[in-house]
Order: sequence, then C-alpha cells, then structure tokens
Amino acid sequence: MSVTGVPVDLEPPSGQEPTEVPRGPGRLGDRLFGGSATLAGTIVIALVTLVGVFLLAQAIPAIAKDQVNFLWSREWNVDSEPLRFGVRDLLWATVVTSIIAMLLAVPVGVAVALFITEYAPRWLARPAAQLVDLLAAVPSIVYGLWGVATFTPFVGPLQNWLGSTLGWIPLFAPKYQSSLFVVGIVLAIMILPIVTALSREVFSQTPRTHKEAALALGATKWEMIRTAVLPYGQPGVISAAMLALGRALGETIAVTMILSALAPGSPWSWSLFNGGATFASLIANNAAEFDSPEKTGAYIAAGLVLFVLTFVVNAIARIVIERRKAFTE
Amino acid sequence: MSHTATATTAANDPDSSGARHRDPLFTTASGGRKTKDLIAKVVMWAAFLLALSPLVWILWQVISFGGQNLMQSEWWTHSMRGITTRREGGGAYHAIMGTLLQGLVTGLISVPIGVFTAIYLVEYGRGRLARAVSFMVDILTGVPSIVAALFIYALWVTTFGWNRVGVAVSLSLVLLMIPTIVRSTEEMLKLVPNELREASLALGVPKWKTIASVVLPTAFSGIVTGVLLGLARVMGETAPLLILGPYTKNINFDLFSGNMATLPTMINDERQYLALPAAHDRVWAAALTLILLILLLNLAGRLIGRAGAVKA
Repeated sequence: MSVTGVPVDLEPPSGQEPTEVPRGPGRLGDRLFGGSATLAGTIVIALVTLVGVFLLAQAIPAIAKDQVNFLWSREWNVDSEPLRFGVRDLLWATVVTSIIAMLLAVPVGVAVALFITEYAPRWLARPAAQLVDLLAAVPSIVYGLWGVATFTPFVGPLQNWLGSTLGWIPLFAPKYQSSLFVVGIVLAIMILPIVTALSREVFSQTPRTHKEAALALGATKWEMIRTAVLPYGQPGVISAAMLALGRALGETIAVTMILSALAPGSPWSWSLFNGGATFASLIANNAAEFDSPEKTGAYIAAGLVLFVLTFVVNAIARIVIERRKAFTE
Repeated sequence: MSHTATATTAANDPDSSGARHRDPLFTTASGGRKTKDLIAKVVMWAAFLLALSPLVWILWQVISFGGQNLMQSEWWTHSMRGITTRREGGGAYHAIMGTLLQGLVTGLISVPIGVFTAIYLVEYGRGRLARAVSFMVDILTGVPSIVAALFIYALWVTTFGWNRVGVAVSLSLVLLMIPTIVRSTEEMLKLVPNELREASLALGVPKWKTIASVVLPTAFSGIVTGVLLGLARVMGETAPLLILGPYTKNINFDLFSGNMATLPTMINDERQYLALPAAHDRVWAAALTLILLILLLNLAGRLIGRAGAVKA
C-alpha cells in the first residue's frame, strides 16, 4: 500500500500536493473517488436543467396553440380544439390560499418558536419542539382527509358568520363551504412546523450577551425578546416564511381534496369563500386525462408557472439568508 | 443608593413594592410593562397549545377511526383483491409493500447521488462548479412534488412512450429526496473535525481513503439519519403517485410493469366511498398505517442520530 511507501518529509505539512506523488492504487483511487463526487454534482446540475428544458419543450407548443392570453385568461378548456386556456384563476387561488396560510402560520409559528426557546420550562422545551415537528411528519393526504371529513364542517359556522356580518366586503361574500379560506387554514397548519423549526434555530442563536445586556438594563422578558431576540432573528424569520410560502404554493393533494371545483364559466369573484383550483390541484385533478400532447402540454405549462413562482419565492428566501450570513460572519 | 435615583421608573408601581424593598438597587417594571410581559407570556403559551391542537385532533381521529382495522391480522397480510367497497375486510398488504418498494428504490438511487454530491461540495468543490451545484440543490429543494412528477411524466411517458409504472414514481421521488440527503450529509461532513482529516493525510493516506475510511464513518450515523428522514418525507408524498402511479387492488411487486398500489393511492381511491362504513374505516386505517410508517422512519432516524452523534 502507498501508506507505507511515502517517505517522511522534513518539510512541514501543507495543503500542497506532496512532491513525491505515491504511485499505485492511491492515485487511481483518488481520481475515481473525486471523479464520482464531481459526477454526482454534475448529475444534480443536469437534473435541474433537464426539468426546465423538458417542461419548456412541452409547454411551448401548447401555449403557441392557445387561442387566448395564457397569463390573463380565466378559461380552461383543453378538451377540444382550439385550445383555450389561461392561468389567471389558478394564480389567484394559489396565491390567495398561500397568503392566508402565511398570515396565520407566521405569527403563530414565531410565537411557538419563542415559546420553545424562551418561555417553556426546561423539561418541556425539547418535547414541545418534537411535538411541533410531528406536524411535519403527518402526510399531506392525511391533512386532506381530515380537512374534508372534519375540519371543513367545523369551520362552516365561522365562515357563515363571517359571510353574514362582513358579506358586504367582496372578500367575504358568502359562497361555498369548501373554500379557499378553509384551504388556507389547513395549509397554515401544514407549514407551521417549517416556520417554527427555522425560527427556533435562529432565535436560539441570539448571542447571550445581547439578551443579558437587555435584561441588565431592566428590560422585562418580553422587552428583551422585542429588543434583542426578534431583531436578531428577523432575517431568519423572513426566510423561514418564504420557504414555507414555497411549500404552500406547491401543496397538491390536501388542496385537491378540500377545494370545491367551480363550473366552467363561473363569474369572477373576489370572495375568499369561493371554490376554485390552484395550479397543483388542477393538474392533480386531471392527471388521469393526459391523453393528447397538446392537452398534456397545457397542464405542463401550468406546472411551469408554478415552478417559476416557487423558484422566485425560494430565491428571495436564499438571498435573505445569504445577506444574514454576510452580516454575522 | 438613594430611592430618588430609581423613582422615575418605579414610583408609580404599586405591585412591585415587595421586590423594591428587598433590593433598592434594582427596580421592577412598571404596571404597564409588566402587563405587557404577562400578555406576551400568555400569548406564547396559547400559540403553543393552538399549534398542538390540530396534531392531537388528527391523531385522535385517525386512531379512533382506523385503529380497529389495524388490530386484525388480515390488514397486514391481505390485499384488496375481490373486496368490493361495501364489503368489510381486505387489507393493505399490497399498498404497504408498494410504498416500501418504491421508497427502497428511491433510496437506492438517491443515496449515492446525494452523498457523493455532498462529498463533492464539502471535500472537493471549489470555485464556480461548486457554487453552481449548491445553487441547483437549493432549486431542487424548492421544486414542488407535482412539478417533479410532471417532469418525469414528460420524460417517461410523453418522450419515451413508456407506461406509468412503479419505477417512474421512484424517479420523481428521487428528485425530491436528493436535496434533503445532500443538505443533511453536507451538515454532517462539516461537523467532522479537520484534525481527523489532517491526521490521516499526514500519515500519507490518500485523500479518497481518508474520506472513505475516516470522514464517512465518523459522519455515518448522521448520514443515516438524513436518509431516513428523507425517506419519511418522500414516502408520504401523494402528488407524484396521482400522475405516475395508478392504483390497483392487487398485489404487484414488479416495478417495471403494471399498476402498483401504495398507501396514499389506496387512501385516495377509497375516499370516494367515505360515506360507506367499511370503506370509511379502511381509509382511516390506511391513513394510520401511513402515519405509523413515517413515524417509525422518523423515530429510527432520530435515535440513530442521537446514538452516534459526531463528538467534536
């Protein structure tokens, strides 16, 4: 073996290649091992590129045959020529449900993270964190099942009450039970563990000195959190929210199961209590009917918009994280 | 220290008089600030309980509706072949095996790619290629499962004209699993102290052997944890199955031909008949089985991770 073959140099060890390169299996092994590591990295690059290329290649012909504006039309008719499909309704449903989810999950998630890092008694902190993590272990189809069978009827009265008292606001006009509103709440539960886990991590990294300084100046615990922990954790919370948003935008089966579909040609409504379809739920609902290339292409085009949407959201999250790294290091 | 020095903050605070007498140096907060502090505390506790409520609710429901079926041995040994929706009985054997098989194949493909990518990033990668790889892993992390499934559909079915079979599902799950493995392995490799690498290299051990026999064994349990958690994530996925893995009531172990049942598709198929008692129980039993499977993977992962954590 080369292990014994290397002469002991008097030169201090450094990162440089040794002048006498050991011959034999060591060299070859290095090339093979390093080569496969580089290959694996290249495969990852190739995969992502392929995803983009394949989706584009199949979406573009369908979009070219589209008789209406792809981004602005509300129609979705791909069963017969000529194709008429647009994503405005899908975009609305996707974004609205995700925003409802964010508005609910971010404050609660941050509060839970603060509870775990600052408020929980020592014996409770760890089990509490694990319990919240358990929420992430529940498969989305179980959330969907629970949402349909139990949660939708449960939220019904609240929704009716909102509809009857605030119904004059277009956002709360009464419509259906299985609404964007309910989907938003279920999505909030699903993304809560993401927000909590990441926020928890940044909060626990708050320098002890900052916290002690605040307390030494006479701050109450809440004031200490407000002046030391929250400002320090803010970029982390923002990126956590963005990652969670990315997850909410792409969630498929729970949305598919809960949200009631609208009849084609239904009038536009701003109501949160309306039904509809998100990008993911539309694709999933029609997964059995990908029979012609144009039709498949139309759905792939919708998938592509979703891909771009989540990509932008995730990119923002990454940029925020990178900025923070540069700031703290 | 005279009382006047602290009077500005504490004079109008009747509640805190006890503390003030004990130590005149420190004053306690005024009433308004104290109330806010208390409110914050209550809000944090309430948020925690609120976050727990859906978990308890869902678990209770799944167990109370689905627990019955799991107690019967038929559930673990039989498929749904010949069981009509109205009839009692039947089992999830076909679906459990399908989920496990597809998960296994997914793991077999993604573990080498993921681990080697992480090795590349930590041990070899410098410069532009490494940055590109890291960036692509980030993108992959954010790809929604339905988009991954559409890609495999575009490749497998539309381009090659092949059928929707088990291995196609696995391929789409690979896309979702690689980033989780890369990120967790990367974390673990970074935890391995540099002194270990240097000691090995100083003994003249080639770099690849250093990685294979010093770095990887040290990080092994952490890597296994990452793999198991990654598996737990992809085995609960439904979206790719809707597009690439049609359901069947029969047992099929062949990943390359025929429909293959999985637990999520079994739930999805039977849920159309949720109003019928027999189907209702089966749906929830399948949900409970899936949760148990994923919990087991999670638990195993965490235990292994804790048992063999890198001691730096």
